[in-house]
Amino acid sequence: MPTAYQIVVCGSLVPDPLQTLEPVTTPTGPALKNEMMLPAVLDPWAGHALFEAANLAKQNPGSKVWFVSIGPKAKLQQVMMTIAQKVPFELVAIDGSASGFTEASEAAAALAEAINGIAGLDKTRLFVFGGWESASRGSGATMQMVGERLGITDQFQGVDQLTVQPDGSFKVLERIEGGKHQVSSCTALPALLGWATGNLPEPPNNPQVGMLNMRTVMPALQKAKAIKLPGDGLAFASVNLPKQRRDTKIVKDMTPDAIAAEIVEWIGKE
Amino acid sequence: METILFLAHTEADGTLGKAALETLGAAKTLSASLAGSTLVVGLVGAQTQSAANQIAACGATRFLSVAGADFSQARYASDILAIEALGKASAATIILGPASSRWNRVMAGAAQRLGGRIDTHATGIAAAEGKPAVTRWYYRQRMEGVLTRTQRPWIVLLETGCGAAWSGEPGTTSVEPLAITLPALHTTVTGIQAPAADAQTIRPDANLLFVAGAGWTKKQADGQAHADEAEKLILGFLVKAKASLGSTKSLVDLSGEGQAVLKFMTHLNQIGQTGATPRHPKGLATCCHGEEPHTVGWRFVNERRAINLNAACSWAQGKADVLYVADSFAVMRKVNELLAAK
Repeated sequence: MPTAYQIVVCGSLVPDPLQTLEPVTTPTGPALKNEMMLPAVLDPWAGHALFEAANLAKQNPGSKVWFVSIGPKAKLQQVMMTIAQKVPFELVAIDGSASGFTEASEAAAALAEAINGIAGLDKTRLFVFGGWESASRGSGATMQMVGERLGITDQFQGVDQLTVQPDGSFKVLERIEGGKHQVSSCTALPALLGWATGNLPEPPNNPQVGMLNMRTVMPALQKAKAIKLPGDGLAFASVNLPKQRRDTKIVKDMTPDAIAAEIVEWIGKE
Repeated sequence: METILFLAHTEADGTLGKAALETLGAAKTLSASLAGSTLVVGLVGAQTQSAANQIAACGATRFLSVAGADFSQARYASDILAIEALGKASAATIILGPASSRWNRVMAGAAQRLGGRIDTHATGIAAAEGKPAVTRWYYRQRMEGVLTRTQRPWIVLLETGCGAAWSGEPGTTSVEPLAITLPALHTTVTGIQAPAADAQTIRPDANLLFVAGAGWTKKQADGQAHADEAEKLILGFLVKAKASLGSTKSLVDLSGEGQAVLKFMTHLNQIGQTGATPRHPKGLATCCHGEEPHTVGWRFVNERRAINLNAACSWAQGKADVLYVADSFAVMRKVNELLAAK
């Protein structure tokens, strides 16, 4: 008989990748220029984690997915308008900064507190999912710290595949060096998985799912706890855009054969 | 005064790899530039004596070790106990480790357990005004920050390819073993899944990164797509040039959607905003349009060339050293011929 899992997915927002980003200095530390004006999207790896969670819940009747997210309330609402149409979940919103310059341990403390506040959480059926890194801070630190705070010592990062076995154990494929995967077997829950890309395409929008989700999304946003992530003890000496603009030589008049010869010579040079 | 713990795991053969030796080089430099600091070595692995002997001349005041069959596996539940024990036994204030997949999996959890802080994917650590300062990238390699912290221990994971590896004569040194009692473990590492040797397209140590864009799968001058020929040209080049393969997100997404595209391409090949940022001396981009989310994947490629039919391609906007305005099929066909004749 399939297990009815409780799957908590952590994820935040990032600026749309097509936007030009420029750092600015503020009294509270570095930030992005016009940060509140930049269109936001769900963090890509957190998105993969959410879609994998929804798929796991679908395969195991009785399972439920929560999505726990820190972000400015207005931005969360904007992103939820899109994401809520993809897969069923219950939102747990935390009103705080989604900046890449925030401190991972402080974000982890807020996320762990929110997860512990979910009524009826049963750790023997609990998967905690998230992206293995964010596209903002990109440290891969927050999820491990959430796991530590929740007492979860079966943790996996860079996960591309989770397979539940007939005996209830599960197999995990984690990315390692050289395009390979480490294969592990785990026999007990709770477990924490930081997802890489996984194997699922982005689900199409489903207005019915959206309507169902919005019943809980709006109340969750209204009661979102406001938090500060002050970055105690952390100081930035500088944050700058890279300056290595190349002086590109554009070659228009060479034949393919001549280009090929030049490339082969270039490849062979030490 | 800082106590710097160089913390590394051994490779399968019991030695320390290139990434670990680069981190040791950085630890030595940092220690030399922070007055009164001491350097301690911490090793984790099935057996650690060979690794300790390999770096016996590094000048560390102590060599600590957690060794045993249980520590041959890269597993969170056992690795975190080893790191916690080494951190406490060394009384380290700064812990430097290589940003390997094994350490990336566990070190943030260890920072939490040790009551410290962590910075990962660091590209440098140096003393500034008598204090250590870490350099790392934010927003997926789009901006670079330099930061300091007052909390200790401060764990820093250093990316490979950012500094010179420590080198010195091997010797013999005594290692202080730390005993760890493991609880009942639920996780077992059962193996490594790797593509077949002839299908291995990701080679982190390759001299050249070859990046294929979605243009390889588009209709060509004859009005037809030539995905089969594209596959042969790309795979043929990878074998002959011993290059590593990267891809744009658009191309791997096409593969994931089951379209008739390049069958060997997976999300593991993806570079850029939501993919990898590999480090190679040279990079050749073909059929890529080179927008910002993609080109961040090139940030750590030193010499860059591109082939594209569009002279106004955004590769021409200061991202590549040379942009060849040409048909990639025709050029790569000839490149493969020339390489085969060598």
